[in-house]
Amino acid sequence: MPGALEGFRICDFTGQLAGAGATKWLAMFGAEVIRIEDPVRQGRWDILRGAPPYKPGQSGLESGGGFNNHNVDKLGITLNLRTDKGKEILTELIRISDAVTENFAAGVLEKWGFGYEQLKAIRPDIVYVSNCGFGHVGPYRRYKTWGPIVQAISGLTFSSALPDQPPAGWGYSYMDHTGGYYMAIAILMALLHRQRTGEGQWVDLACTEAGVSLNGPALLDWSVNGRAMRDAPVNSNRSQYVPMAPHGIYPCAGDDDWIAISCRDDADWRALAGAIGEDWTSAYQAADTRWSQQDALDSALATWTRTHDKFALEQTLRALPIPAAAVQKPAERIERDETTGRFGLWPSVTHTAMGEVRVDGQPVHFSQTDWQAVHGAPCLGEHNAAVLTRLLGYSADEVRQLAEEGVL
Amino acid sequence: MSVLEEIRVVELAGEPIAYAGKLLADMGADVILVEPPVGDASRLFPPFLDDVRDPERSLHFWHYHTSKRGVVCDLDDPRQRDRLLKLIDTADVLLEAEQPGRLMDLGMDYDVLSLTNPGLVHVAVTPYGRHEAASQLPATDLTLMAAGGPPWSCGYDDHSLPPVRGWGKQAFHTGSHFAVMSALTALLHRGAGGPGQFVDVSITAALNVTTEAASYTWLVNGGTVQRQTGRHAATRSTGETQMRCADGRWVNTGVPPRFPVEFGRLLAWLERLGLKEEFPEAVFLEMGANWEGPFDLSLIGSDETITAIFSSGREGLQLIASRISAYEFFIGCQDAGLAVGVIYSPEEVFEDPHFVARGYPTEVRHDDLDRSFRYPGAPYRFTRTPWAISRRAPKLGEHTDEVFGALD
Repeated sequence: MPGALEGFRICDFTGQLAGAGATKWLAMFGAEVIRIEDPVRQGRWDILRGAPPYKPGQSGLESGGGFNNHNVDKLGITLNLRTDKGKEILTELIRISDAVTENFAAGVLEKWGFGYEQLKAIRPDIVYVSNCGFGHVGPYRRYKTWGPIVQAISGLTFSSALPDQPPAGWGYSYMDHTGGYYMAIAILMALLHRQRTGEGQWVDLACTEAGVSLNGPALLDWSVNGRAMRDAPVNSNRSQYVPMAPHGIYPCAGDDDWIAISCRDDADWRALAGAIGEDWTSAYQAADTRWSQQDALDSALATWTRTHDKFALEQTLRALPIPAAAVQKPAERIERDETTGRFGLWPSVTHTAMGEVRVDGQPVHFSQTDWQAVHGAPCLGEHNAAVLTRLLGYSADEVRQLAEEGVL
Repeated sequence: MSVLEEIRVVELAGEPIAYAGKLLADMGADVILVEPPVGDASRLFPPFLDDVRDPERSLHFWHYHTSKRGVVCDLDDPRQRDRLLKLIDTADVLLEAEQPGRLMDLGMDYDVLSLTNPGLVHVAVTPYGRHEAASQLPATDLTLMAAGGPPWSCGYDDHSLPPVRGWGKQAFHTGSHFAVMSALTALLHRGAGGPGQFVDVSITAALNVTTEAASYTWLVNGGTVQRQTGRHAATRSTGETQMRCADGRWVNTGVPPRFPVEFGRLLAWLERLGLKEEFPEAVFLEMGANWEGPFDLSLIGSDETITAIFSSGREGLQLIASRISAYEFFIGCQDAGLAVGVIYSPEEVFEDPHFVARGYPTEVRHDDLDRSFRYPGAPYRFTRTPWAISRRAPKLGEHTDEVFGALD
């Protein structure tokens, strides 16, 4: 089956998750993504290359579980850009690519001689998408970020918390994932514009700006009504703005087992109260009472949920039906929850060094040109010969010589 | 010309896809929001302009429906539905989050729509995908998040506190991000000569693959990450990264100093603040700053000197944090080359000089009120075809005559 993006070629400097996650989407839909790594540092700019988790019995540069997960079906070459020949090969590659993508700190690619002006000189209709925490313009352009820093700056850490506690934030780099989605959107939009008009362009993506936008109504409540989220305690398991109660995550009988329950309206509450079947529920018939007395309501509800198995309770509440879901642990959503398996969400890929490994698939299916996951992430320089001979016209001997000279 | 000029999107109003429609509309697509005669439910979501509850004053609705036109159509009325079918015949993309089966019952699912509009890209967003019975069940952002994985990784070191779901309807945002990536990918394929197609987006699947190491640690070696306060969930506990500053506000310190140059800069900063004398561990910072050869982080915990140096970095930051404001700490650390973030509430980032300098807050004119308001701005900066809010959210049925009239 041909991929939806077959025929598009990406000259890809991305790494970590915020960048690599973007080009993973393109690669799984059939774009030819050529990942370029630095042979001198063995590609270690990407801190996930060679980092745990490892398959049992494995470790080292070619065994990084996260690296493999984020770089499925990409080609990998090494280029030493400290050498003139390395720069020449990169120039040849850019000339035949549709887009150049990177998530270095602002200015790094330009310092190597491949800023947008230079890219445009090589190929006038090139699409260039850069992705960094604060963008390439503005007072903080030299400042550095990781996912958790982006989340802190953009307001997402603050708005994830329980009362009388410090911010809980996000226990993973939500904005590396999501910054990657915005980067993918930016690449796809710029390619679409180029397909329709022949014009290339540079997109300066600042992950923090993508993150700020994810609290839109709170920003308008501030700019329009002058109401600051800073002034009211956050309990982000509760409903924000829309008065739904009870609405929270409640303890269940097992070890660190929890269930999320939302009562959207009186009907949901009556159904839940019926299932509980205890007298105290009669005090909460009015929506206003449930909303204004959530602390007491939550604690009464928690006393009840605590005696139940989370999945049994989920089944009971879903039969009513009211919105309810067990807080699933990784093993539960990957192995026990049959909906993810039936969706084909955990495909197995073949990695040259790691062997067979399951990875995150894409949460979508196309009726005509669906994604595929076949190969794992490239080993360092795995496709040097293939890319240089097939695409750039070098002979096998020349490739060997370039490797000996330290260009590859 | 804007990126998506002359791309027509019909959006059947639904909370999970509202943001997808906005992302396309703000890049120039002609997004037509189709509401039932009573209006979309989110018109009554708080907050409201001046706290006056009114379907035309919901800031929630304002945010999610910028740059769109709005029509009213009663899908259950066959004559009105015929008008809508005519409209969809002129569309490039249909975006909907209807219950599986509903469009089929109305005789307007993809199999019918594609007969007269074979180029149509139909993107359906549901809780578990079109083929799952669970997609028929009521769900909220909270219950989708619990099922999809994020809360398991978010919360506090103290596991007697529940897992935490971050605010901002991120389940719907994540579904929307994949809906947009899908629509653009399918449009690119169509632009290269391919057919239109149907795309099935699962919100819980999208969340499952937006959990970083939680999923791939399980997939690679069966490990289970555990939530920790304000930092990445991990299989083994890691050092705290949130610090409270002298003004009572929090910062995220990310990765503590770990390179000689960083120890040196931290030491210099302590000296500038006049704090070196009261910090006995400064001697270890000096050792770290003068370290020769690789500073082997894997020896933390086993090698006394390396452990002491590494600890002195964190302790030095803690001392500084206790004396200055969170904002000063953020700027000071970043100027010293440390990737640190102040934990802003959403409205604070809106007023931050960097984002103001980049033009992030965006004025939107409300002609009907004769007022302008500052909205969240561009999530990415396209240099040739800029993001822009072309109009305020539509009033109920504002463009019904204009849109349907143009079809006759």
